[in-house]
Amino acid sequence: MSVVGNLVANPWRKHRFLAVFTWVYIVWAIVPVVIAIGFSFNAGRSRSVWQGFSLEWWIGNPDLSVLHDPTLASSIRQSLILAVATMAIATPIGVALALGLARWRGRGSGSANFLMLLPLVTPEIVLATGIFFTLVFLYPFPDPGTVGQIVGHVTWSIPYVVVVLRGRIFSVGADLEEAAMDLGAPPLDALRRVLLPVLAPAVFAAFTIVFALSIDDFVTSQFLATDVNTQTVPMLIYSSGRTAPNPALNATATLMLVISLAAIGVGLGGMRVLAKRQGVQAEGADVANIRL
Amino acid sequence: MLYPRGFWKWASTPGVLWLILLFVVPFYAIVSMAGGTLDPATGLAVPQWNPAYWDRASFHYVFEQLAAADGVYRVVFLRTLRYVFTAVALCVLIGYPVAYYVSRLRGRLRGIVLALLVLPFWISYLMRMLAWVGLLNEEGLVNRVLTGIGVLQDPYPWLEGKGITVILGLAYGYVPFFILPLFAALDRLQQSFLEAAWDLGGSSLSTFVRVTLPLSKNGILAGVAIIMLPMFGDFYTAYLLSNGRSSTAMIGNSIQSLLQETTFGYAQARGAALVTVLALFVSVLTLYYIVSTARSTREATRT
Repeated sequence: MSVVGNLVANPWRKHRFLAVFTWVYIVWAIVPVVIAIGFSFNAGRSRSVWQGFSLEWWIGNPDLSVLHDPTLASSIRQSLILAVATMAIATPIGVALALGLARWRGRGSGSANFLMLLPLVTPEIVLATGIFFTLVFLYPFPDPGTVGQIVGHVTWSIPYVVVVLRGRIFSVGADLEEAAMDLGAPPLDALRRVLLPVLAPAVFAAFTIVFALSIDDFVTSQFLATDVNTQTVPMLIYSSGRTAPNPALNATATLMLVISLAAIGVGLGGMRVLAKRQGVQAEGADVANIRL
Repeated sequence: MLYPRGFWKWASTPGVLWLILLFVVPFYAIVSMAGGTLDPATGLAVPQWNPAYWDRASFHYVFEQLAAADGVYRVVFLRTLRYVFTAVALCVLIGYPVAYYVSRLRGRLRGIVLALLVLPFWISYLMRMLAWVGLLNEEGLVNRVLTGIGVLQDPYPWLEGKGITVILGLAYGYVPFFILPLFAALDRLQQSFLEAAWDLGGSSLSTFVRVTLPLSKNGILAGVAIIMLPMFGDFYTAYLLSNGRSSTAMIGNSIQSLLQETTFGYAQARGAALVTVLALFVSVLTLYYIVSTARSTREATRT
């Protein structure tokens, strides 16, 4: 009897080997990042050899620390601007599209559904190249820059919003709105006061996912950037990750990570509160599954 | 429903319009750029929007370099295939046991392990690569441990254009994205199926090969598709983990450097032609994925 087969197939067996394997995997997946965070507190200039604890690269150094180097601060600001703007634009468009696609039964709805899914299976480098050429040569844009980056982020975010919302829209069905309309509510009131509140947790999830995707994005930001003012944190890591002279880069990346984890925490928390108010399960697992 | 006529169509319009103007049109822009001609004023390629006037020189060049035995893009493309397939295989070997284990877990531990598996999603990919740059440096932790325990005599130059580093980096970067869709599929696999196979006298191996594996086929395919598509366009992993050496350049690196080139007139047109080739190649993979999942879903519902 094969060892592997025995380990995975017997349905009552405790999977001890698999448990060890999984925990080793988790350590491998997370510990390197924890070490990189640790080196942001290194006293020396090395990002590989520990020379004692200090806040030199966070606040201490008058020129090179996160607090004092304007390039680092600017990249964090740019990442946040893109994430907030993308979230604010892509979510409403995506929610409307999800509702529309779920209920519009006419000519063109099939193609619209298909079109919506395509960005999900297109490598980002292809999408970014196309948007770059379009903005530079076809649409009257002086330079892609920040606006171009936002446009790019929104384009691949819309399908994610639709996918997150769609499941919820189908499970809610049309009964609640029909009841509201039977009770005399005009259609738009039924939409605004009945359907949208029921969808609120999913909308919140969409906000969170779009924010997190945008803040971590590299390819689109890089292809549509124009100058140093449009540099985001991932771009900063790309351009100086191999050669960075000191751990201020690690500190910047850490700060960005803290900001995005905090935002995601707020998002998940808000979702749970909204869901609990309606007495439905929070959709944390859905959020996890969607982020692909 | 009492909504006004055409209401839902109008609700879809902004999204559909956005995707037409900024997704469909850009695809056309790539092909137009690949068929572009030189602007006499700047000496740089500009898109040719009219298909009748497309210049085939850039496509011709790219195909030539892909077909010739020692063509630049042939070498890079074959290397990309090698790296991607090896890294995907590693992802499956690492990801399957993890996804299987978590899908069989119940109770409190399950939530904790799931949260830990999801955590890398929320960490920027570039930051995760940066972490390895620090670890794999000449005097980094990996070299110090390996020389300390005597596996290596001298520090190994991991970051100086080594294929193994890029492959491991790709596997490290993408495996979380493989595990979750597979977990979703394995989670739906009912424990009673496995118990039935066991009760009917199936050995562990035959239960796994004849029940578990076929039932997780769609999950594996979904996971592979999800990681393979972006891997083919990846240029940052190879760049960060090999000091930008050309010995480990992938097709994404070729595209990236062509598009940034502003001194040679046809560079961007050739870059666009290469992007077109990549997009076609990837869409063949996507089609295969769609067809095979449709087929196995059909088989699953028939039996």
